[in-house]
Amino acid sequence: MSAQPAAAAAESDYSHLLDVQDLVMEFPIKGGGIFRKVIGRVQAVSGVSMYLDAGETLGVVGESGCGKSTTGRAILQLHKPTSGSVRLRGKELTTMSNEDLRLVRRNLQIVFQDPYASLNPKMPVNDIIGEALKIHGLWEKDGLDRVAQLLKLVGLSPEHGNRYPHEFSGGQRQRIGIARALALEPEVLILDEPVSALDVSVQAGVVNLLEDLQDTMGLAYFFIAHDLSIVRHISDRMAVMYLGKVVETGTRDAVYGSPMHPYTVALLSAAPEADPELERTRERIILTGDVPSPLNPPSGCRFRTRCWKAQDLCAAEEPPPIDRGEGHLVACHFPVTDISAETASAAIHAAKLGNHAADEDALRLAKYAGAAAAEQSAPERAGGSTDTGG
Amino acid sequence: MTVPPTTPPDDVAGGSIYGPARQESDLFQVVEPSQGAEVFRSQLSSVGDVEVLKVENLTVGFPTEDGLVRAVRGVSYALHEREVIGIVGESGSGKSVSSMAVMGLLPKGARITGTISFRGQNILSMTRQQQRSLRGRKIAMIFQDPMTAMNPVYTIGDQLAEAVLSHEVMPKKQAMARAEEMLALVGIPQPKARLGSYPHEFSGGMRQRAMIAMAVINNPDVIIADEPTTALDVTVQAQILEKLIEVKDAFNAAIVLITHDLGVVAGMAHRTLVMYAGRPVELGKTDEVFYRPRMPYTAGLLGSIPSRGETTRLRPITGAPPSLINLPDGCPFSPRCPLATDICRTSEPELAPTDAPDHLAACHHWDVLAAAPDPTAFFRTESDARK
Repeated sequence: MSAQPAAAAAESDYSHLLDVQDLVMEFPIKGGGIFRKVIGRVQAVSGVSMYLDAGETLGVVGESGCGKSTTGRAILQLHKPTSGSVRLRGKELTTMSNEDLRLVRRNLQIVFQDPYASLNPKMPVNDIIGEALKIHGLWEKDGLDRVAQLLKLVGLSPEHGNRYPHEFSGGQRQRIGIARALALEPEVLILDEPVSALDVSVQAGVVNLLEDLQDTMGLAYFFIAHDLSIVRHISDRMAVMYLGKVVETGTRDAVYGSPMHPYTVALLSAAPEADPELERTRERIILTGDVPSPLNPPSGCRFRTRCWKAQDLCAAEEPPPIDRGEGHLVACHFPVTDISAETASAAIHAAKLGNHAADEDALRLAKYAGAAAAEQSAPERAGGSTDTGG
Repeated sequence: MTVPPTTPPDDVAGGSIYGPARQESDLFQVVEPSQGAEVFRSQLSSVGDVEVLKVENLTVGFPTEDGLVRAVRGVSYALHEREVIGIVGESGSGKSVSSMAVMGLLPKGARITGTISFRGQNILSMTRQQQRSLRGRKIAMIFQDPMTAMNPVYTIGDQLAEAVLSHEVMPKKQAMARAEEMLALVGIPQPKARLGSYPHEFSGGMRQRAMIAMAVINNPDVIIADEPTTALDVTVQAQILEKLIEVKDAFNAAIVLITHDLGVVAGMAHRTLVMYAGRPVELGKTDEVFYRPRMPYTAGLLGSIPSRGETTRLRPITGAPPSLINLPDGCPFSPRCPLATDICRTSEPELAPTDAPDHLAACHHWDVLAAAPDPTAFFRTESDARK
């Protein structure tokens, strides 16, 4: 009995609805032998902290492989996090038993990216949505009415309940996925690229639906996407991820209006807009090369290998997230203060260090070509880089 | 950056691995661009007067058990030298199928009518051999997914060299040297070492670069890029698009850019063709189409994408595209169109001139759009509609 007030106190103590602290998600890499010995580890998410308040949308953006989906799944405990904490209403999820987790998941649901793969093709829609209720023991006599209500809520007609997923278009399927997630009246929805697989005109309908649902039901969204314009439209706050780390978080207007991390600046500059005049006149910063392998991330700041502002300090020390005003956290030693000056400085950097990226690539290549091959190609590299640089 | 010369004009190309040299008709004696050109960076290059590719009234049908799928119903456009034409539309609008028809890559069962002429000669009436000598040499293609478009068991060098050797007789070594030049051109570091790599050793962006190298290795006049950056991340997409434009300018090629991303078209294309249900519904200068759409579908597409910083509800197009087997009577967009009247449900409008020069639209009511201050405002949000 005495434990209960304490637990209640802890529960009311929370400052954020969903609070993620130092979340680390490692995946083992196994060798090919009989014993499948672990030969290495990939850190897909390395020390991510973010929070979500009731009724708000947190947009999480980043390139593929930056760990945004993994973060979403680790929050749901679909992947057991290696370390760190995930608290929903102050309750720690990472140490919870499966039985308790099931109860928590009533409050924490997910909508998957691919509406073709996430619905069971052999189940009619009524069963797909009703299954959520049945699993949680909430299926009662009026279960079918409840399903019909949900279908109506997401803009489908209740008569569609007896149809199978293949009879629906992509946008309709995604609406079914949303209805299933809403069946248990959760507080938090993890939306893992919910509109990426849809056509433009259909996308807008689903985005509107999500916004309408948020307004009427007070849902909080953890919105994972790579489409920056959609995220800008739907989010209240943003988190930009790069190679398993959050490099910048803040309100939408702060991140889009005055981005401070060079990666955010480059990402926003690379995204095309449907405005011909703007597209023709603006200058973009185009990052060279690809995202480094998470198997062997760069030391210090992970973005430094592609950054035009990088200095020795960036390689030596990892920049901590520093509050640059009103919760605008930026993990950079040399944050951007004037975006308009940044394109020019990036251009100067590109001209000066034109061959720098090529050399890095050569080193990376040498790694799997073997040391001997590296020696052989060294003189050619000098020749090749003058060719491309000239 | 100077572009390495491809085959010198007076060095007559011999046969290929598919057979001995044959007498080429006039068609193939296209004037090669100068040996080596300066690559310059400009967003929109000047467009030539010569029509390199002309598609007229192209229709493609696929017979199926359920009936004839009319994937393309009367596409016409002309592509000029150095021009980039953007074809936009949703999945199933026939944008890919129409360009596959240009490449001659459709399955045998496809029913193709109309004319596709390359520099005045109809491709569709050519023999397969003539078509083959054109394909990959004068008209090249960049596919969406380089991982499936490339052969996983051959090295990049082999595949690039094969593209050369299919059309010209030369020692393999020379072809490999050309392949290396092309890899360097598209910005792959260490091109010599990379010739021996397999596609899986490349990242997505690098594979797409190699794909561009493969497309331009024979110095084509027309490059068809079918969703070249859809599978890529936004920062890599910017790299690839920049490279594509750079390479196009270097080789004086024209591009047919197929995409569903209006943003990509906005920055790159001289003209934009919008397709819906197998038909072109709007064609005009990119600025005209984006700023003054004359077809409700285009206006609806533009209203569906969030503009910078706006947080009001989007204006989606309600409903779904029609089935290509049972098309509705009249305008195929009429069931989804807020401007539709009785005439739209009975007669299908032809692509016809509107108020601006060279701006064609297939709509009975383009003048209503022209009179409206905001063409996207005809589409309402779902919450509005409920009220």
